[in-house]
Amino acid sequence: MARTAKKKDVVIVGLGWTGSILGMELANEGLEIVALERGHDQNTVPDFQYPNMIDELKYGVRLGMMQKPRNSTLTIRRNVDEAALPYRSLGSFLPGIGVGGAGTHWNGLNWRPQLSEYRLRSHVEERWGAGIIPEDMNLQDYPVSYEELEPFFDRFEHVAGISGKAGNLNGKKIEGGNPFEAPRSREYPMPPMPVTWDGAKFAEAAKAAGCHPFPSPGGIASQAYVNEYGMQMGPCNHCGFCERYGCYNYSKSSPQTAILDALKRKPNFEYRTHAEVLKIEMAPDGKTATGVTYFDEKAGEEVFQPADLVILAAYQLHNVHLMLLSGIGQPFDPATNEGVTGRSYAYQMNGGYTMFFKDEVFNPFIGTGANGMSIDDFGMDNIDFGREGFIGGAYWRAGQSNGQPIRSMALPAGTPTWGAGWKKGIGEWYGHSMSIGSHGSHMSYRGNYLDLDPTYKDRHGRPLMRMTFNWQPNDIRMTQFMKSKMEPIAKSMNPTSMQEGFKKDGAMYDVRPYQTTHNVGGTVMGDNPKTSAINRYLQAWDKHNIFVMGAGAFPQNTQYNPTGMVGGLAYWAAHAIRTQYLSNPRPLV
Amino acid sequence: MRDVPGLPSRRSFLKASAASAAVVGVVMQAKAETPPAPPPIEEYQPVCLKPNEWAFVMAATARLIPSEGEGPGAIEARVPVFIDKELAGGFGEAADWYMEGPHDAAAHPFRGWQSPLTPLQIYQQGIPVFDAWCQQTHGKIFAELDAATQDKALTSLQKDEMKIKPELRDFFTILLQNTKEGYFADPMYGGNHGMQAWKYIGFPGARGSYKEWVLKHNVAYPLGPVSISGERA
Repeated sequence: MARTAKKKDVVIVGLGWTGSILGMELANEGLEIVALERGHDQNTVPDFQYPNMIDELKYGVRLGMMQKPRNSTLTIRRNVDEAALPYRSLGSFLPGIGVGGAGTHWNGLNWRPQLSEYRLRSHVEERWGAGIIPEDMNLQDYPVSYEELEPFFDRFEHVAGISGKAGNLNGKKIEGGNPFEAPRSREYPMPPMPVTWDGAKFAEAAKAAGCHPFPSPGGIASQAYVNEYGMQMGPCNHCGFCERYGCYNYSKSSPQTAILDALKRKPNFEYRTHAEVLKIEMAPDGKTATGVTYFDEKAGEEVFQPADLVILAAYQLHNVHLMLLSGIGQPFDPATNEGVTGRSYAYQMNGGYTMFFKDEVFNPFIGTGANGMSIDDFGMDNIDFGREGFIGGAYWRAGQSNGQPIRSMALPAGTPTWGAGWKKGIGEWYGHSMSIGSHGSHMSYRGNYLDLDPTYKDRHGRPLMRMTFNWQPNDIRMTQFMKSKMEPIAKSMNPTSMQEGFKKDGAMYDVRPYQTTHNVGGTVMGDNPKTSAINRYLQAWDKHNIFVMGAGAFPQNTQYNPTGMVGGLAYWAAHAIRTQYLSNPRPLV
Repeated sequence: MRDVPGLPSRRSFLKASAASAAVVGVVMQAKAETPPAPPPIEEYQPVCLKPNEWAFVMAATARLIPSEGEGPGAIEARVPVFIDKELAGGFGEAADWYMEGPHDAAAHPFRGWQSPLTPLQIYQQGIPVFDAWCQQTHGKIFAELDAATQDKALTSLQKDEMKIKPELRDFFTILLQNTKEGYFADPMYGGNHGMQAWKYIGFPGARGSYKEWVLKHNVAYPLGPVSISGERA
């Protein structure tokens, strides 16, 4: 028998980036808000403080900041003919746990998609015709334009505190920035970070090859900064512990550095930790939600939290899971290509070259998560899909993030994995290598989707979510194209030796090595309720008082890291709720 | 007594003297002797591994990262101590992992950990299986073989020439992974003794502050490592 908590105007599920943003925006409207976070509370001090945080074994290897599969995981299979098996220990992707969510342990790489990406299907059809779209690709436009989103990208970048260099200010090209970026209305809040030797070398080689290098934009403070909420950041000291760690230095953009302390001062905002939402509850007519049921870990009981407005702000995988468990949107069926919840799960197609330089010193431990120089010369806007035979693109970057030796030990091919040869190899090569990465798009397909698993259950007895996912030929052709373009540039740098890591024809998904925590889709936004779960304001089509944040909204994955888009969409949705929904709650489309 | 803004007060004076005491403390710490050496590894009392398991871990890690040549070996770095302690804790019992059945231990390796066994159980069951194979193939259990034969046996294990049962197939992988973890983790976990492994490759450990060196391109960083507890080497 569940206890019933005092009714609130708004319940927010998950207190990471989007939960914090929606909490702040709606608290400013005077609404009574409760955020429910399944994990623990955490703050820069004491939880991320020096020196305890920069412990590779505890956080980098044993994944101290990540969700525990024992408490929360999913099953995975590569195709519908395989039995799905649980993702028992973390590998390929690392969902976070606790207040701040993935915003605490990310690398800080922050981007806006290129112009073609918001209307990718239209772009392809206008330029090359629908004939080049593979039959099983569910390619879709965003239901919102870049021009509409620009003010909200700008807002997120200024709240989060992003360092970078504009390359296109209101249509005017700016020397030193990214000439291929969508036009921005303002400079970045902070100038770019200084770049290590690997980034400088890559920039020189890329420029010589006719490309246009620019400093990678990122949520790493290059100087002291105060945002609109009065939250402060301090300049980064390049400690080399970004991804998988909380920042001890108030330098990495995160809910903790950008929003939470200001939000916690609001008398009408409350958050509860160790409160895992199990289900969204519906009114008898099924047209609206009445609130959520959560498990109160401390009391050991279920609690019903009534609310007029439900904001799903958990990680993408958990938002989809909750929607499937709660009957929000028709579940996707790959046999008919019908249904919307769980449709169009997509990932990221990355590759790269590692080069070894016997006589050069890189000091790999001097790094940040968003370090280095990038190029967008092979971004989607610049590729002739018809000629090249794929739909997609990638940005490239060289910039070391860390020199943590358990996990970051690049050795030339042929070096033994143990014994005297391995020991000699680490002495010879640690600190004498660099990499160029290709960070590529990933399209959506009929065969890659999310639904509920028929066999495995979580600790609350709920079915685990099941991921059906494999690499597809279109994206492999894209990454092989990147390899063909990168190889001559890598060679031009005259390394002692070099080796590639690009997926090849027939590559199967391997869940063991870390790839990215860029899980997208499953709650796609669109202008057609038959092919999208939420409308242009991130509002559930069939239950108007539920709004769904996060990268689940992406119709297919962009060529960039998702956070910039996730933050922009959150401010866009918050604006619609404030200006259109609250005065007259209804379907906004 | 309330502090008056802009005026010195008793409390801020106390704060100031506490701060100078802290500074003195830092200086004293820098001059302090290095901590006393732990007992020789041969005298270490394992908290988790049985004598036959400890003998195997000592012998196997000594070949995975041998003592000869430049840089510390696993024994000098006290890697076996690290492995014993890790297996005694949450890692050993798969405390964080989803271990509910049904299990398909023979699934394709790409599908990740599917054994019903915990890492500790894999060591406990894998060691006797491998020792029996060594006995049968090379005439002695692993720890009693000569170094060259041990290397051969480990290679056979890595290539799974003995066709170990699927539940144990990650044995070599976790043994090697745990060995490298113990070599490079902070010394507080029992291995990387004296930060020798960090010193050998040139990793500054928990220094975690390099702003002044970012633009010193292609110039080796000059300072040696510090550990999380403040040791220097």
